[in-house]
Amino acid sequence: MKNAITDSLIITKRQLLQLARVPEVLIFSTIQPVMFVLLFRFVFGGSISTGQPGGYVQLLMPGIFVQTVAFTLAATASGLAEDMKKGLIDRFRSLPISRSALVVGRTLGDSLLNILVLIVMAGAGYAVGWRPTASVLSVFSAFVFLLMFGYALSWTGIYAGLAVRDARTVQNVSFLITFPMTFLSNAFAPTTGMPKALQYVAEWNPVSTMVAACRQLFGLENQFGATANSFPSQHPLTTSIFYMILIMVIFIPLSVRKYKNSSN
Amino acid sequence: MKSVIAEHLVKTYRKGEVKALDDLSLDVEEGTVLSVLGPNGAGKTTTVRILATLLKPDLGNASVAGIDVIRNPDKVRELIGLSGQYAAVDETLTGWDNLVMFGRLYHLGKTASIKRAEDLLERFSLTESARRPIKTYSGGMRRRLDLAASLIVQPRVLFLDEPTTGLDPRGRQEMWEVIQELVKGGVTLLLTTQYLEEADQLADEIAVIDHGKVIARGTSDALKKQVGGERLEITVENADIDKASEIIGRISGSAVHVDIRTISSPVLTGSVALMDALRALDEAKIHPLDIGLKRPSLDDVFLSLTGHKAEEEEAKA
Repeated sequence: MKNAITDSLIITKRQLLQLARVPEVLIFSTIQPVMFVLLFRFVFGGSISTGQPGGYVQLLMPGIFVQTVAFTLAATASGLAEDMKKGLIDRFRSLPISRSALVVGRTLGDSLLNILVLIVMAGAGYAVGWRPTASVLSVFSAFVFLLMFGYALSWTGIYAGLAVRDARTVQNVSFLITFPMTFLSNAFAPTTGMPKALQYVAEWNPVSTMVAACRQLFGLENQFGATANSFPSQHPLTTSIFYMILIMVIFIPLSVRKYKNSSN
Repeated sequence: MKSVIAEHLVKTYRKGEVKALDDLSLDVEEGTVLSVLGPNGAGKTTTVRILATLLKPDLGNASVAGIDVIRNPDKVRELIGLSGQYAAVDETLTGWDNLVMFGRLYHLGKTASIKRAEDLLERFSLTESARRPIKTYSGGMRRRLDLAASLIVQPRVLFLDEPTTGLDPRGRQEMWEVIQELVKGGVTLLLTTQYLEEADQLADEIAVIDHGKVIARGTSDALKKQVGGERLEITVENADIDKASEIIGRISGSAVHVDIRTISSPVLTGSVALMDALRALDEAKIHPLDIGLKRPSLDDVFLSLTGHKAEEEEAKA
C-alpha cells in the first residue's frame, strides 16, 4: 500500500517534470481559459442582460471554471493514449509497481494542473471585475468542489485514452463530447431561452449542476435561468456530488480493468 | 538450469481467428543467449510479452527464473528487464530524468536511483546527452537508453524484442557491442530478431519460429548443417565455364550447379576438395575470379525450413 502511494506520486512527478521540460504546454493550457474569460466578458457580457449586480462576469466565471476543468480530460486522455502508443505503458507494466499507480498518478497530476489553471483564471477573472460575495470558506470550498469534479472527470479521460489508443483521435472525441456538454448548460446563457426538450437536458447536465453549485458557493442568488422546479436546479450541490460519485463508481473500475488488460 | 521455460503456449486474437502462438515451446539455459528468429507476425513479440508478464496465454505454462509467469507475475517483474521494439521511454523528459524515474519505480530510493542512472548513462556513452530531452536523441541513442532502463536492477533475465529493428548499420553495430558486453556479464538473454545475421552474431542458440511455433532449434552451426554441408563454389571467365564445370564435377562427384559464371557443387571433404580443385584448375590453365568453400547462411536455413525467405514474408505482411 505504501509502495502504491509512492509509485503513484512518482508518476505524478513525471507529469510535472514534463511540464517543466515543455513549458509551452502549461502556457497554452492556461492561455485558452483566460482567452475565454476575456472573450465572453467583453464580447457577450455587454449584450446579455442578467439583472445581476456586478454584471455578467459574476455568472460567467463559475461557468468558465467548470468548462476549463471539463476540458482537461482531453489532455488526460491524449496523454495516456500517447503512452500506450509509444510502448511506455508496457514498460510500466513490466515493472514491479502497483497496477493502479500509473493511472492514479496521472489523475493526481491532472488535479495539480487544474489547481494551477484555476488560480490563473481566478486572477484573470478578478482583473475583469469578478468579485465573489460569499465567505472565504465558501469560496474555497467552491474551488475544492471544482477540483473534485475535475478529478472525477479525469477518470473518464483515462478510460477514453486506454480505449481509443490514438492521441489525436481521442483528443478530438473528447472535445466533441465536452464542447457541446459545456455549452448545452447554464454556463454561459440562461437555459430559459432553449427549446423545452433541450432545457430539460441542460438542467440535468452535470455541467449545469456544477455551475449552479459554484454560483451558490460564490454567493450568487441568481441562478441564471434555472426553471426553479426541476430537482437538479433545486439541489445543485447534492446532484453534483451524486454525479461525481456516479462517474467514479463507473469509470475507476472500468479504467483499472482496461489498464490491466491493455495488451490483450 | 533453465532460466526461461515456455511450454505449449497458445495465444489467439480476435476470438480465435488469428493464431499468434500455436503450441510454442522453448527454453533458455541460464547465462546463455537464445535468439528467437522469425519473420514479422511469426509470434516473436507475443512470446516475449507472455514471458515478460504483459500478456496471458490462452493455454500453456511459462516460468522465468523458476517462477511461474502466470501465477506470480509480480515476483517475475522484479527479476526481469524488458526492452521492446519501440523505445519505451518518455520522450519529453531527459535521459537522466527517465532513468532516475525508473529507478524510483524499482524502489531504489532517491540517492541510489541517481547513482544508478549516472552509472548507466556512463556505461552506454550517454553522459553528454543526459540532460537533453530524448526527442533530440538519434535512433541508436534511444535504443541504448531504453536498454539502460531495462538494466536498472541488474535483471537475472533480459528480454530484448528486436533491439536493432530500424537502426542504421552503425547504430546496429553499437547495439551489438553493448549486448555482447552484457552477455559477458553473465545475464540470461532472450533476444528476438528478424535479422539472420544478428542471431548468428549474438546467440548461443537459435530457435526459428514461423506461424507461432518453433520449427527448428540449435546452434547456428547445427542449423546450417541441418540444411546441408559445404559447397565448393568458383567463379570463372565465360570462356572457361564448361571446362571448369567438368573439373568441379569430377572432384565433388556430385551434381554441378551453374549460375551465370558461378559454378557450385556440394563437397564432403572440405578443404581437401578445395585444394584438389585449385590444382586441377591450375593444370587446365584456368584462373578463377573467385574460389572458396561456402557454408550455408542462415538465409539458406530459413529458406529450407519454411520454404520462403525471411524477407519475403516481411514484404507480404
